[in-house]
Amino acid sequence: MPTLASLHFKNRIYYVLLAVAGLVATAGMFAVHMMEEHGHIISGMNNQIVWGMPHVFAIFLIVAASGVLNVASIGSVFGKAIYKARAPLASLLSLAMLAGGLTVLMLDLGRPDRIIVAATNYNVTSVFAWNVILYSGMFSLVILYLWTMMERRMNPWNKAAGLAVFVWRFVLTTGTGLIFAFLTARQAYGSALLPPMFIVLSFAWGLAVFHVVQSNIYSWNEKVLNPDILKRQKNLLGIFIIGSMYMVATYHMTNLYFSHQTGFEHFILRDGGVYTNLFWWGYVLVGNILPLVLIYFPGLGKMKCVMFASLLVVLGAFSLLYVFIIGGQAYPLNIFPGFTVSSTFGDGQIGSYIPSKYEIMLGFGGLAIAFIITTVSVRVLNFMPQDKPYISD
Amino acid sequence: MSDVNSQRRNFLKTSLGAAAVAIAPGMLLFQVAQGKSDGADAKVRWGMLIDTAQCKPGCNDCVTACNKENGLSGGIAVTDSQWIRKIDLKDISTGREISLPMMCQHCENPPCVDVCPTAASFKRPDGIVLVDKHRCIGCRYCMMACPYKARSFVHEPIHDQNPDVPRGKGTVESCTFCVHRLDEGTQPACAEACPNKAILFGNLNDPESEISKKIHSVASIQIRADLQLNTGVHYQGL
Repeated sequence: MPTLASLHFKNRIYYVLLAVAGLVATAGMFAVHMMEEHGHIISGMNNQIVWGMPHVFAIFLIVAASGVLNVASIGSVFGKAIYKARAPLASLLSLAMLAGGLTVLMLDLGRPDRIIVAATNYNVTSVFAWNVILYSGMFSLVILYLWTMMERRMNPWNKAAGLAVFVWRFVLTTGTGLIFAFLTARQAYGSALLPPMFIVLSFAWGLAVFHVVQSNIYSWNEKVLNPDILKRQKNLLGIFIIGSMYMVATYHMTNLYFSHQTGFEHFILRDGGVYTNLFWWGYVLVGNILPLVLIYFPGLGKMKCVMFASLLVVLGAFSLLYVFIIGGQAYPLNIFPGFTVSSTFGDGQIGSYIPSKYEIMLGFGGLAIAFIITTVSVRVLNFMPQDKPYISD
Repeated sequence: MSDVNSQRRNFLKTSLGAAAVAIAPGMLLFQVAQGKSDGADAKVRWGMLIDTAQCKPGCNDCVTACNKENGLSGGIAVTDSQWIRKIDLKDISTGREISLPMMCQHCENPPCVDVCPTAASFKRPDGIVLVDKHRCIGCRYCMMACPYKARSFVHEPIHDQNPDVPRGKGTVESCTFCVHRLDEGTQPACAEACPNKAILFGNLNDPESEISKKIHSVASIQIRADLQLNTGVHYQGL
C-alpha cells in the first residue's frame, strides 16, 4: 500500500517529468523557429541527402503508431481477452505517436506555413497526398475506437470500430512503405517488398513501445504483470522481431541477386562506414539478436529483461531507419550505367551528411509530444490494463 | 418632390462614379496579372538535342549563362542550387571520355509531377516541367523521385532576385528551359551561350524544325530511357 509521503513524492516526479518533456518540446519548437528564420542551411540536409534526421524520427513514430494498434486488433478483431484489456492503452499510444510523428514531418517542411495548401490541394497521383488522408483518417478512427471502448453506451460499436482501425492501419503502413516503393530510379527504394516490410517492422516496433510503456505504468503503480500474460506478450515480440529480420534479410538478398544492385548492397553491408556499422551493430545485433537473447534465453525473459529488450528494439529501429533513409540517399543515383561520373553536384559521389543539432532537437521534440500526450492521458483517464481474474483464451 | 428626385439622381450618379473609380484600377490590374491571354501551346513540345562531341571538357559557359540569367549564386556547395551542371563521364570498358551538360530533362511522364502532393510540380501543355513557387510546401519528395538529380532546394533566404525568375527559400526549383525567355520568343540562355552550338533547342513536334530533322538523321538517346519517361532532352554521341 503506498504511503501518503510516497504519493506526494510521485506527484512531484510526475510534474518534473512533464516539465522536462515540455522543455524538450520547446527546444524542438526553437529548432523549427531557427530553420524557419535561416532556412535548411542550418540543418545537415543538402541537395543529395534531402531527407534527414527529422524523417528518421517521424517515420519511426508513424510506423510504430500503426504497429502498436496490433495489440488492440488482437483484442477487438481476434477476441483475445488479455489484448482487449490493453486496447485503450495501445490506442492512446498510437494517437500520441502519430501526433508526434506528424508534427515533426510537418515542421520540417521548407514552408510549414503552407500547411493549408497541403490540406486543400490534392494531387491524386501522389502517395504523399494519399497519406495526408490516411493519417488524418487514422487519427479520427482511433479516437472513435477509443470512444467505443471508454463510453459504455458506445460499446456495441466496438467490434466494428476495431475492424475499421485494423483495416485502416494496414493501408496506412502500406502507404508509408509506398512513399519509398514508388521511387523507381533509386537503388535503395523502388521495391514492392517495402510496404509489407514496413508492416512487419511496425508490428515489432509498436509492440516494443507498448512493452516499455506498460512496464513503466505497472512499476509506477507498484503492480506486477501476470507472468502468463508477460510470457505471451514477450513471445509475440520475439516472433515479430524474427519476422522483421526475415523481411529485411529478404530485401537485401533480392537486391544482392540483381547485379545492377550489388554496388548499393556492398555499400550498405560492407563499405558504407557509418551506415554499415549502424546496420550490423545497431540493427542486427542491438535491435534483433540481443533482444531475442533477452526474451528466449533460459532464465531470462522476466519483466525487466523484456523491457530492456523492447528498448533495444526501438534503438535498432532508429538504426535501421537511419541506414534505410539516409544511407539510401547517400549512395549516388546511377544516371549513366557503364560510366564513371563526376561533377560539381555530387554525381557519382557518396553523399555527405552530418545531422545538425536543430534536426535532433526537432526529432526529440516529436518524441516529447508523444510522451506528454501519453503521460497526461494515463494520469487523468483510466488506461491501466484491467485484466480478468483468469485468462479465458 | 422634384427636389427629392434630383437629390436621388445626384446620389446615384455620385455612387456610380465612385464605384467606377474604385473598380477600374482593379480591373486594369486583373488584366495585367493575366498576362498574355493565350497560354502555352499544346501543339508544341519543347526539347533539346545535345551534341556531346561538341561539348568541350572544362567549358562551363552554359552553366555560367544559366546562373546569370536565373539569378543563381553560382556556388557549388552541397546546399547551393545548380539548375544545370557539367558532368564528366568515362566509359568503364573503353576509357572514352565525354563531357555533357545535365539539367531537368522535361519528361513527358515526369516522376516529380506524379509524386508532388500539392500539384506544385506541373507540366505545361508545351512540355516544360515547372514548380509553382506559391504552391510548393518544400517536402522534397520530387527531389527523391527525380532520376536525374535535376532539382535543388533553396536552403537560404534569397536577395536581389531576377524579377522574371521568382525563387523562394524553402521551395524546390530546377531548369525551366528559360520559360520567361521562351515566352518572349528567345532561346534558353544555355543554348545561346554555348560557343560550339552543342545545344540545339526547338520544337520536337514540328517535323520541319531543325531539332526534329536532326533527331531523325543522327543517332541520339534519352538518358535512362529504360524508365520510359520520354524526356524532352536528347543526347547525341553518348
